[in-house]
Amino acid sequence: MLRRATTRILSHRRHCSTAEALKVPAADDLFMVAWKRTMPNLDPPKTPLSFLQPRPSTASAASIPSKMTINLVSSRSSGLSNKQVDMVIVPATTGQMGILPGHVASISELKPGLLSIHEGNEVTKYFISSGFAFVHSNSVADIIAAEAVPIEQVDPSSVQKGLAEFTQKLSTASTDLEKAEAQIGLDVLSALNSSLSG
Amino acid sequence: MASNAAVPFWRAAGMTYITYSNLCANLVRQCLKEPHRSEALNREKVHFSISKWAEGKPKKPSRFLCSFL
Repeated sequence: MLRRATTRILSHRRHCSTAEALKVPAADDLFMVAWKRTMPNLDPPKTPLSFLQPRPSTASAASIPSKMTINLVSSRSSGLSNKQVDMVIVPATTGQMGILPGHVASISELKPGLLSIHEGNEVTKYFISSGFAFVHSNSVADIIAAEAVPIEQVDPSSVQKGLAEFTQKLSTASTDLEKAEAQIGLDVLSALNSSLSG
Repeated sequence: MASNAAVPFWRAAGMTYITYSNLCANLVRQCLKEPHRSEALNREKVHFSISKWAEGKPKKPSRFLCSFL
């Protein structure tokens, strides 16, 4: 009964919408009392919420911060975390989308393309294979990608070779699935090609 | 009820989003310059062994397979 009470309390907290600031309770009072009663010598367990670093509150529209905070996460590394930038351009399926501080909250699916991060005068470019971009109303953007490689690490000759190979595969493809795979190959490689030159 | 907005061509061909995403990621990995390319491909290798079951008992497992994708 004790455990059900605590899970009910913890899950109740989680129901708050992302519109409000996520208050991080350091410890749940009812739970702490019960814990101390049953296990006075053991440290109380940490809940996932206590590891969460507080994010700027998603409150008023009045204060638009001057910089965006972006987190870039990919399968290879945690990329950038909490980097302050001026603008990010993401390759959404609906086209290149520029995100400035104060952008409306949105979720966009990304297609293979170039991600450019503009900070002052310097631009860092990553090629994203596919993923999602979440923009929150507090000018925090989370970009999650399966592969995010700095554009300098891309080899132009492999791209050309791949383009030729997939164009040929597309013409000889018979089943729907093969055609789709060849088409995907072409899409990705032509995006790579244009990001190398553009 | 009207159907959803136009499905992407790969879903119409029967591919799921995860397959699509992994395919794209693999293509990108194969286009990297040398040290990064072998690191990336090595990182994605998966080792697994499969054993088929017959009549409630596992048969001898097949050799360790190692592949990416």
